[in-house]
Amino acid sequence: MRGIARALTVVILAGAFLYLAFALSFGAPAASEMDDYFIGHGQEQTGANNIVTAVVFDYRGFDTLGEATVLFTAVLGVGLLFRKFSTEEDE
Amino acid sequence: MIANLPFIAVAVVALIGIVVILTRQNLVKMVMGLSLVEAAVNLFLVSLGYRNGGIAPIFTSAPAGEMVMPTVQAMTLTNIVIGIATTALLLSFVMLVYRKYGSADAGVMRRLKE
Amino acid sequence: MMTKIVRAAAGILFPFVLIFGFYIVAHGHLTPGGGFQGGAVIATGIVLLIAAFGAGEIGRRIGPGALKGSEALGLLLFIGTAAAAFGFGGTFFSNWLANGGAVFGNIVAFGPNPGDLNTGGVIPLMNLAVGIEVLGALSVIVLLMLKGVGEEAE
Repeated sequence: MRGIARALTVVILAGAFLYLAFALSFGAPAASEMDDYFIGHGQEQTGANNIVTAVVFDYRGFDTLGEATVLFTAVLGVGLLFRKFSTEEDE
Repeated sequence: MIANLPFIAVAVVALIGIVVILTRQNLVKMVMGLSLVEAAVNLFLVSLGYRNGGIAPIFTSAPAGEMVMPTVQAMTLTNIVIGIATTALLLSFVMLVYRKYGSADAGVMRRLKE
Repeated sequence: MMTKIVRAAAGILFPFVLIFGFYIVAHGHLTPGGGFQGGAVIATGIVLLIAAFGAGEIGRRIGPGALKGSEALGLLLFIGTAAAAFGFGGTFFSNWLANGGAVFGNIVAFGPNPGDLNTGGVIPLMNLAVGIEVLGALSVIVLLMLKGVGEEAE
């Protein structure tokens, strides 16, 4: 019973993924007005030659703030899991 | 069909990752399957922004040509760092579970232990 | 602890890896790279030292304390640079140094050019802050997990 449910899930997901892989067009993105604005005005507004860095740190700076917080929280979690207990020898 | 090769590769790698999570009993192998799914999602994000015959969106000594889209590359940077954070916490949990139960098999642990 | 040849080679290679990582961080607004990529390269250099000398020795010399401090300092510097825009430009996270002529404020014309290090506004400062944070975070994760494995085996 569990084997049939598992195989059915994999077959349905395979059909969905392969249909999407053939339906999208590679090399011709559909809507690109925002990226054309970034490439056209990135140098005069931010002064950086690297448009990807300008997007990451200036136009989309809040996402980078969230990502730095996620990395900080991961280190906090790992440090919390590996601390030494003072009562570990009692039990 | 040859023109869509990156998207077909994304579908195949994501399917392999999902099959590994569903059929393996060892905890470390399940974490590896999740890492495969994250790699497939990153490849999908980067290959969405490609333009035919495009160059990198950098103006330092750039050759002539049209530039590819830069916003999806910024999203992929963020996703890679989040994948690192998730994998580090999952592996720490696997190490602690191995310390308590004595084995890393998902069929062995059934109830909470002190 | 590995053989003498491995230890000597790691000691010679480590400064070059450090310089390469800081070059990627410092030129993040001109060439491909930036804060996250350069921080990962420097953390790889520290992991090379851990693989050659052992986790216990590196944990005694460099220690998780200094690395945790550098990570917290990086995040505070990032938020401070973003919040300093209140006194100059107006909104949170605005580029208050771009096209200003003061510190990183040369003006860039549209089109390909050889690249000027003095441009970019507030972006090189943010690159430095994120680079310091990422090298601290990745090194602390590797050190803590190796110490957690080592104390259980004894």
